[in-house]
Amino acid sequence: MRRIRVLVGKPGLDGHDRGAKVVASALRDAGMEVIYTGLRATADAIVATAIQESCDVIGLSVLSGAHEAIGKRILELLHSRNVHIPVLMGGVIPPEDRDRLRAIGIDAIYGQEATLQEIIDGVRRLAQKEIVE
Amino acid sequence: MAKGDGKLPEHKTRSGLPIRPLYGPKDGAPPSSVGSPGEYPFTRGIYPTMYLGKVWTMRQYAGFGTPQETNERFKYLLQSGQTGLSVALDLPTQLGYDSDAPEAAGEVGKVGVAIDSLADMETIFDGIPLDQVSTSFTINGTATILLAMYEAVAAKQGVKRERIAGTIQNDLLKEFGARGAWIFPIEPSMRLVVDAIQYCTEHLARFNPISIASHFRDAGATPAEEAAYTLADGVAYVKACLERGLAIDRFAPRLSFFFYTYVNFFEEVAKYRAMRRIWARLMRERFKADSPESWRLRIACVCGGHSLTKAEPLNNITRTTIETMAVACAGVQSVFTAAYDEAFAIPTELAARTALRVQQIVAYETDVAKTIDPLAGSYYVEALTDEIEAAIVGTMDEIEGRGGMVRCLDDGWIQRRIAERAFEYQRDLDSGKVPVVGVNVFKAEREEPLQIHRVDETAERAKAEAVKKLRATRDNAKAEHTLAALESAARGTGNLMPAIYDAVMAYATVGEITDRLRRVFGVYSPSTAF
Repeated sequence: MRRIRVLVGKPGLDGHDRGAKVVASALRDAGMEVIYTGLRATADAIVATAIQESCDVIGLSVLSGAHEAIGKRILELLHSRNVHIPVLMGGVIPPEDRDRLRAIGIDAIYGQEATLQEIIDGVRRLAQKEIVE
Repeated sequence: MAKGDGKLPEHKTRSGLPIRPLYGPKDGAPPSSVGSPGEYPFTRGIYPTMYLGKVWTMRQYAGFGTPQETNERFKYLLQSGQTGLSVALDLPTQLGYDSDAPEAAGEVGKVGVAIDSLADMETIFDGIPLDQVSTSFTINGTATILLAMYEAVAAKQGVKRERIAGTIQNDLLKEFGARGAWIFPIEPSMRLVVDAIQYCTEHLARFNPISIASHFRDAGATPAEEAAYTLADGVAYVKACLERGLAIDRFAPRLSFFFYTYVNFFEEVAKYRAMRRIWARLMRERFKADSPESWRLRIACVCGGHSLTKAEPLNNITRTTIETMAVACAGVQSVFTAAYDEAFAIPTELAARTALRVQQIVAYETDVAKTIDPLAGSYYVEALTDEIEAAIVGTMDEIEGRGGMVRCLDDGWIQRRIAERAFEYQRDLDSGKVPVVGVNVFKAEREEPLQIHRVDETAERAKAEAVKKLRATRDNAKAEHTLAALESAARGTGNLMPAIYDAVMAYATVGEITDRLRRVFGVYSPSTAF
C-alpha cells in the first residue's frame, strides 16, 4: 500500500505555525508524506494543492478565531470540484464550536490537549477509510 | 529520588544547562564581582533605585473589536487612573488589508481592533488628549502607517508631535523568525524599521520606535536561544541604523526589548541578569556607545504565553504568579501578565482583571519590590547567570559566524532550529518527560465549563461598509495624489515616513498604502520547511 499523503495547511492571516509544524514533523516521522503550505495559504491554493498532490487528508491549523469561515470555504471548494478529501482542524477552537464544525462536514477536530499519537492515529484512520473506499 | 547506585539524579534547565544538586561558594561569580544596580554592566539592574522609586509598569495587552468600543474602554481605564494604553490590532490591520478586502474575511476585529484609516484612529482617541497618555501599539508590518496616524491625530488635536509618547513594536525580524506577521521581503522591511527609528529620533522625542521582541520563545526556542536570537536581532538593527548614518548615542537609548517568561523560575531570573550585561558590553565595547543610556537593556516582558495550558485554566493564575515573581526578582521595567483564558480567546473582563491583580499582589503584598535584586549572591543564581550568559554568547557568536541574524533568518536556519525544539518539546510532553500539571500529570476527571470572550460577528460587515463609505466620500484626487507620491518615494531611497504621513492625512487606507508599497517591494514568500 502506498504511503499516506497529508496536506498540512495554514490558512488565514494568523502567523503562529508552531503547532502546524510540530504536527507536520510528527506525521512525517510516522511514515507519511507531508506537504506543508507555509503561512497564509488561501483556501483555493490549499484545495488545488491537495487535489494535485493526491492527498488523502487535509489538516488545517487555525488559531485566530476564523476557523468556521475558513472551514466552510475549504469544504465548499472541495464540493464544487466534486472531490472528497477528509478535513481535520486543529488550533484554538472553543469546545462549543466543535459540533458546528462537525455539522458543516469537518471530519475531526484536535485541540491543544491532543497528543501527537492521537493525531497520527486519527489521520491514519481517515486516510485508510478513503483508500479502502 | 535517588537512583540505586547512590548517586543523585542529574537535572537540566530548559536551556539544557546542568542543575547540580547543591551549589556552594565555589559556584558562580564571587559576590564582590557582581557590581551594583545602575552601574555597568548592570547585572543587578539598570537603575540605582529600581522599584524603590516606582514599581514596574503594569501594561496589560487587550483587544476590542471596534474603534468605538476601544475608545469607551480607554476612557474607562483613564478614569480608573491608568495612564498607559495598549492597542491590540486585528490581523488584517497588522498585514495591510482593509476590512472589506477578501483576505480579511472572517478576521476583522477578531484579535484586536480594526483600523482602516485615520478616521478610525480619530474615533479611538476621541476626547483623549494625546499629550497626557502613552500608547503602545503591537504593530509591525504596518507600524509606520499607524505611527503616522497617531501623529496625525495629535496634529488635529493641536498637540505638538514632540509631546506624544508611546511605543510601536516595529520589529520585523522576529516576524520572519517566529510570529509570521511579515508583509514585504526582509530588506525593504528593514528599511521601514529604520525609517521609523530615524523619524522618531529626529521628530518624536518621546516615542519609542521599536520593541525588539522574543516571540522565538513561544515558537519553541529555549530561554538561552530566545535571548540569543532577540539580542542578535538587536545587533542587526543597530548595524542597520549605523549604516543609515545615525549616531549610536542618538538612537540606542530608544531601543527597548520584550521577552517571554515561563515557570522555570531561577533560569528566568538568571536569563534577565545575564542579558543585561551582554547588551551593555556589546553597546559599549563593540559599538563604542559613550552614553550609559545606550548601554542599558530596557526590558518589558510577558508572563504566560506557551507556558499556559488549556487544561484546567485556573491553574494558569498560579503559573503567571510564579512568572511575575521571577521577573520582579529579575528587575524588569514593564510587565504584562497573560490572562488564565489566554489559550482559548482574548480575555473576558474577569480574566483580564484577575491577570492585572496577579501583578498588583506581587508588587504590593509581597516584599519583592522593597529591595533591589534580592537573589544576588545566591550560589545557584550567580552560577546560573554565568552559565546562561556563556550559552547565550555562544549562540550569538554562532549567528555572527553564519553571517548575522538577517542571513540566518533569510536562509531559514533559525526557523528550522526553532521548529526542531518545538517538536522535541511536544514529544517530551507526550512522553511525560516534562511534567505539566493538569496536562500529562494529575489530570482532572472532568472540567468545569469556562466562560470565554465571544466576538460580535456582525461587526465585520459594519466595518467593511464603513471603509467603503469612506472611499466614496473623501477627496479621492487628493488620496490618489499622495499614494502616487508614496509609490514614487518608495522607488527611491529616502525616508518614507513623510510620504506615509501625507497619505494618512488624505485618508488613504492602510490597505491602499500597503498595496502601493507591495507594488514596489513585492511580498515575502514564506518557508514551507518544517
